[in-house]
Amino acid sequence: MKEIRIHARAGQGAITTALLLGTAAFIGGKYALAFPHFGAERMGAPMNAFVRLSDQVIRLRSQVYEPDYLIVLDPSLMRGFDVFEGFRPGGVAIINHHEKVQCPKPIQNIKVFTVPGNDIATEVLGRPIGNTTILGAFAAATNEFGLESLQQAILERFSGEVAKKNAEAARRGYEYIKKGV
Amino acid sequence: MRQYLEGSQAVAQIVRLCKAQVISAYPITPQTHIVEALAQMVADGELNAEFINVESEHSAASVVQGASATGVRTYTATTSQGLLYMIEVLYSIAGLRLPVVLTCANRAVSSPINIWNDHQDSVTARDAGWLQFYAENNQEACDLHLMAYRLAEDHNIMLPVMVCMDGYILTHAYEVVDLPEQSQVDKFLPDFKPVHCLNPDEPISMGVLMGPESYTETRYAIHQTMMDALNVIPGIADDFERVFGRKVNCLIEKYRLEDATQVFVAMGSMVGTIKEVIDGLREDGQKVGLLKVIAHRPFPKKIVYEALKNAREIAVLEKAISLGQEGPLLSDVKSVFCGHGNQPKISGFVLGLGGRDITKKSILDVHSALAGSQVDVKFIDLKI
Repeated sequence: MKEIRIHARAGQGAITTALLLGTAAFIGGKYALAFPHFGAERMGAPMNAFVRLSDQVIRLRSQVYEPDYLIVLDPSLMRGFDVFEGFRPGGVAIINHHEKVQCPKPIQNIKVFTVPGNDIATEVLGRPIGNTTILGAFAAATNEFGLESLQQAILERFSGEVAKKNAEAARRGYEYIKKGV
Repeated sequence: MRQYLEGSQAVAQIVRLCKAQVISAYPITPQTHIVEALAQMVADGELNAEFINVESEHSAASVVQGASATGVRTYTATTSQGLLYMIEVLYSIAGLRLPVVLTCANRAVSSPINIWNDHQDSVTARDAGWLQFYAENNQEACDLHLMAYRLAEDHNIMLPVMVCMDGYILTHAYEVVDLPEQSQVDKFLPDFKPVHCLNPDEPISMGVLMGPESYTETRYAIHQTMMDALNVIPGIADDFERVFGRKVNCLIEKYRLEDATQVFVAMGSMVGTIKEVIDGLREDGQKVGLLKVIAHRPFPKKIVYEALKNAREIAVLEKAISLGQEGPLLSDVKSVFCGHGNQPKISGFVLGLGGRDITKKSILDVHSALAGSQVDVKFIDLKI
């Protein structure tokens, strides 16, 4: 079983990100449990969402304290807040990079991928919402599911142009890790 | 068909498949997603039902009570303060023998205000005369709703059913759920045929005054029906398996109990986490097992006794407390041993209140404490 913790601020789409991640894994033939942890219900407050992926039915219902994978949707959360708490050795972190926030120095036994998700999203979607780009990068960095599964999950969740553009944003995130572009 | 969806959406789909005809509810988190989805289905023409907006849970319960009395299938959902606000109507619905189905998206009760999960709300409504089932996961929540309608409308039962699913932990969790086909549901759940109903052409009175000469008999009848339900449920569960091709447990579930000397007893979503811990303890050679209680009312006393009689140490874990006494499930579990010799050591643990996360460590803490002296109430993860 792999455990994922998503760090974001309320309103940034962490729940949708968790849902898309779980759906992509489900399409790829896995079991997935995705759930939010609601804190103080106000826009901008730090919040988490969690996902578990497994080949078997998932029974564990607690929050994720020792993630195998981390997704940081808002890098400003790394100011004075240890997003790496409990991170497992050998883990993979995908950070939606922003040049104004310093990314952490490489940590032993942890792979950190920084992806300019919001910049890519601004190019593709016209809005700085990097979630689907980051999920594309996650697929490439972890191989937990293929890009096609993720794009199918996106097409199921959204419709019309928004769906197409987000599928493209996911591809861009995927390519960013695979080819460094 | 296997789908990946939110627990609330899954339950709404099941209520649609059960063809509820009158739905009334008042929004309250974490229940809201269910009735929002149903309201949308009615608006989109996917569900031929009347969705009645009301100004409170008291009215929502009153609407489904009245609707059910006219002989249509009804549904409502609520939680926490909303359930408590419904409570006098809940008693009335049971007294009128109306087969209303209600989802309780379990949540803590004020004060202090807390929107997160525990079982204090539904446990407080325990004695209202409703059958009460607790789901471990969203598949079970769906299956229990199907069972709920079938049982409630069975002419040998004719009592309301409350399906309890943990707020957020289940209602807001996305997981894989196998949703049945309409044809399967139609086969399992025939149209509702009321025993009596309000009809202007053949007027009757319901809910009339009954004095000391007859009130006792109405309570006797409900209690007897509850006891009968324990015998009716397994047969209907067999029907369920025939139609849907998978088993449904409706009373209890045993997990690695065969040779267990130490047994956890619990209800709801924490059961999944306990199963994980048991597998770990078993690998270390510890003889631990679990009894999952699904039916809190009627309480399957004999089956619980049979399942637990060989245990030496029993830990009852619950997300509710009868303040000034102990956890209500602990009292129930203790009661099954009354009159039997060689009672095991039965301890009570209260945890997961107001959304406090139940971790594997919480369960291991219970396991450690179990070896010590008997306790009626031990709070786990307490910060003092």
